[in-house]
Parts: sequence; structure tokens; C-alpha cells
Amino acid sequence: MTEVFGVPLLALLGQLLLGLVNGSFYALLSLGLAIIFGMLNIINFAHGAFYMMGAFAAWMLLAYFDVSYFSAMILAPVLVGTVGILMERLLLKRLHRLDPLYGLLLTFGLALILEGLFLNQFGVSGETYDVPDALGGAIDLGFMGVPKYRLWVVGVSTLVCLATWLVIEKTRLGSYLRAATENPQLTQAFGINVPLLVMLTYGFGVGLAALAGVMAAPIFQVSPLMGSNLIIVVFAVVVIGGMGSILGAILSGLALGVVEGLTKVYYPEASATVVFVIMAIVLILRPAGLFGKES
Amino acid sequence: MTLRPALLGMALLAGVLAPTMLYPVLLMKVLCFAIFASAFNLLLGYVGLLSFGHAAFFGGAAYVTGYLMRDAGWGPLSGVLAGTLSATVLGWCVGKLAIRRQGIYFAMITLALAQMLYFICLELPQTGGEDGLQGIPRGTLAGLDLSNDLTLYYVILGASVLVFALLHRTIHSPFGRVLTAIRENEPRAISLGYDVARYKLLAFVLSATLSGLAGALKVLVFKFATLTDAHWHMSGDVVLMTILGGMGTVPGPMVGAALIVSLEDQLADKVGSLVTVILGGVFVLCVLLFRRGIVGEMTGFWQRLLGQRNSSRI
Repeated sequence: MTEVFGVPLLALLGQLLLGLVNGSFYALLSLGLAIIFGMLNIINFAHGAFYMMGAFAAWMLLAYFDVSYFSAMILAPVLVGTVGILMERLLLKRLHRLDPLYGLLLTFGLALILEGLFLNQFGVSGETYDVPDALGGAIDLGFMGVPKYRLWVVGVSTLVCLATWLVIEKTRLGSYLRAATENPQLTQAFGINVPLLVMLTYGFGVGLAALAGVMAAPIFQVSPLMGSNLIIVVFAVVVIGGMGSILGAILSGLALGVVEGLTKVYYPEASATVVFVIMAIVLILRPAGLFGKES
Repeated sequence: MTLRPALLGMALLAGVLAPTMLYPVLLMKVLCFAIFASAFNLLLGYVGLLSFGHAAFFGGAAYVTGYLMRDAGWGPLSGVLAGTLSATVLGWCVGKLAIRRQGIYFAMITLALAQMLYFICLELPQTGGEDGLQGIPRGTLAGLDLSNDLTLYYVILGASVLVFALLHRTIHSPFGRVLTAIRENEPRAISLGYDVARYKLLAFVLSATLSGLAGALKVLVFKFATLTDAHWHMSGDVVLMTILGGMGTVPGPMVGAALIVSLEDQLADKVGSLVTVILGGVFVLCVLLFRRGIVGEMTGFWQRLLGQRNSSRI
């Protein structure tokens, strides 16, 4: 059997794919954080809670209303996104023009509330969500079997991320968004409804987190704490990538997922900390982040 | 200003007499968290740096003290001092990295580095994994048997008074004034010739050190060090205490710590996991409605009242 640095090739490829799956979630979440930060100038601490809510929304839709996985992929982000929009309208909007740290604190409080409510309702252990039948099983590549569902997650996330990037960089709507990010007052003066854009951006970013949650549901246990542990790693990803560029957020998310997967193969003890170590190294060498602009 | 010595004397007297009315262990918990929040406030309230990773210093020092006292047979004084010193070293490392960025990046970096320490605490063979370190002996300090709650209470009260005096002195020293200048206008502080990075780092290390002292003392009180001490919820708790009480004021964090600790104590067995929801709600209310905190709002109210009386006299 072929080995790479003493590890069987198949095990390595398996972990690489799993790393890509994790990386897809990092990418979706850091992309949402980046566009929300661009528009609202806040770091959304509740992002992990919305990811968790996406997973629970999918589970509840299936358990109570018999809604399939594929419909949940649309419905859950819309539902959770609506919750996000309500929060932006009712709460976040009041912090406009204040120090962005207050936005971080407010969303931290919201994350505690959401997490606590779900914890109270569902307990720590959480629920299981089965892989939909159409995506079950594995594709036989001759030398190894690849679980279909993992390929699906990587494929869908990459598509969604690229589509988001295209919309922001290449369309008229995207140009409004970029203008409002650059200078909200001037954009407003040109007759563009900036508060509406801000609201929709927040809803969309939250929706991306919920979509990641729906796709994560069959892979991980659907549990109230699934978001908070992930979001801290995503923060590190955001620091590594720098929030200046959309593409940077996507690429660093995927790349760090892969690095984490490789660490699981070669030095499993460090797999939980490797992203933070990379963050420390990046901060020493390039404080603005790999894709960030020096201010 | 003649009010101040009287108020201080009353606070001190209340501290000495409190255990006759309230459970000493709860009071000691309040004191430990008051030290923790005051140390945190030095950074948030006076330098304007929001650290979301102070649990690392609190929990890290708790583990070091616990390990040395239980498994290496150190006494309480050397154990607590060593734990505190470990927080100094850790604070220097984390601070050195985190002050490279500002604002929310600073918050995210400290949070991420603290999470790293959390995983290290979980995985090291010396830290007891999920169980943490249990059954740490309190030992004796200069002939005093610390296993007596009341004795330990007075030791911790003494330590707290020293810490509060030190913080008060720091804040009102020229060094503290420079910190405030950095908070108010960093470019101006730079243009006045101050080495801003060094001031920030020094404040960070001091804050980390005192947070470590709080964690080490907490080990003496509860005789255990667990992952809870290093979890990001703990970092959030100390932010909440400081903001609720009033950041940038000396008594604010103490008031906040007393309120949150007694709230958690009262609610823990009544509402279970809903405590998190209530704390989150307090957080949201503080940020939306009274950002200056209880002490800040009261001072503002008092000043408005005095201002009105003065203006009516003229």
C-alpha cells in the first residue's frame, strides 16, 4: 500500500476530504462574518448560534412537519435569516454609530440567550439527523470509496461561496453593496436605500450560517453547543485571512479546514489547537492577515 | 471629597463584619470575582481594550496553583504566587500578540488564544481532563489554618484590599493617565511621544497578573480547578460584571461582581440552564440601555443633581 510520510494514502485522502468538509463550514461562516462586518461594522458573535439554529431548524422541520432535507436547505436559512433580520431591526440598529465593540457585546448576549434557550429545551446531548437517502452511500473510485454526502457538502458550499462572491463583485446589486460598505452616507445620497441593504445583508449572512448548520446536521450531532465551539475557530480563521476580502475569507476557510484535517493524521493531539497556532504565527509575520490590507 | 474616607471606612467595616451575616464562601467568591473584574476593568475601562480571553489567565493560574498545591506539595502562599506569576508570563505572551491589532480584532485574538489554552488544559496529562483538579488542600499560612472558612475569608479580604489599593494607585498615577490618553485618542498619544505599544502591553500584563491572582485565590476557596475556570463563558462573565457595574470606574466592577455572583447563586438551583439566558438578557439590556453601568449612571445622576443645585444658586 502507498504511504505518505508513514501514513496510508487512503487514510490521508479520507482525512483530507473531512478537512475540506470542515473547511466548507469555516468558509460559509467566515464569508457571512466578513460581509456583515463590511456593512454593519460589527462582529457577529451570534453567528455560531445561528449556525446551531439552522441545524435545529432542519431537524424540527423533519421531525414535526416531515419536510425533507432538500426543502430544509432553502427553508431553514430563510427562517433563521428572518430571525436575524428581526434582531437587526429591533436591537442592532440602535447601536448604529457607536463603537463596534458594543455590537460584539450585544451579539454575545444574544448568543448566550439563544444557546441557553435551546439548551433548556433539548439538553446537552442533542438530536441525530440522518443523511438523506439520495445522498447516502459512497461513490466507488476504484481504489477507495468516497461518501457521497461529504462531496455534496463541499460542492454546495463552494458553489454558494462562489455565487456570493460573483454577486458582490460583478452585479449591480453588488456594486450598491460595495458602495454602501465604502461610504454609507454618500450611497444614501444617491438614492439607494442603505438601511434596507444593511438589513438584507445581515439576514443573508445569518442565512449562510444557517445553511452551514443544515448541511452540518447529518455529519455532527445536532446539539445546542455545536455553534459556540465552532465560532471561536472561525474567529481565528477571520483573523488569519483578514476581513478585507470576500475571496480571502472563503479561501482561508477551506485551507484551514484542510490543514486541520492533515494535523489529525500526523499529530492528532494538536488538531484542536493548530488553527490558533497558525493565527499566532500570522500575527507575528503579517498582522493584517493574509488577505487583509495594511491600515 | 470629604465623603471619600468615610465611604471607604464604611466599605471596609462592611467587609470585616459581613461574615457575621452572610455565608463566608459566597463572600470569598464575590471577592475573587471583584479582583478579577477590577483587573479586567483596568484594560477595558482605562485603555479601551476589550479582551475576550481573560478566562485564560484566571483558569490557567487556577490550574497551576491547584497542581502545585495538590501534586507538588507547595504551601498556599508559594502556590498562589506561582499561579499568579504563571498568569504574568501568559499575559506577556498573549498581550504581545494581541496588541498587534486593535478593536474587535483584539477581542477575537484574545478569545482564540484563550480557547487554545482551554484545549491545552483539557488535554495535558497533569490537568485531569474533564474532571479538572479536585480536592486541593488549603494548607496553613504562617500558622493560620486556612481550612477554617472565616480565617481564609480574612486572608482573602486582606489580599483584595491590597489589590484594590494597587489598582487605584495605578489608575491615578501618571502611568494611568497615559493609559486614559491612549483610550481617548491613540494617534495623539503617539504624537506626544508615548510608546503606546509598551503601555498597552504593561497594562495587559498587569491585568493578566491580577486576574491570575483571582483565579489562584478561587482555588483556595473552592479546593478545585476545573475547565469552567478557563471556558469562554468565564471571559464573558467578567465582561458582563464590568459593564453592569460600570467600566472605567473603580467601584463599578466590584458592584458588578457582587451582583452577578449573587444572582448566579440565587438562580442556579431554581432555573437551571436558564441562568445563561438571564445573563444574556442582562448583557443585552446593559448594552442597549445603560452603557455606563450602575456606578456610572449613579455618578452621572448625582452630578446632574449637584449641577442643578449649583446653577439654581447662581
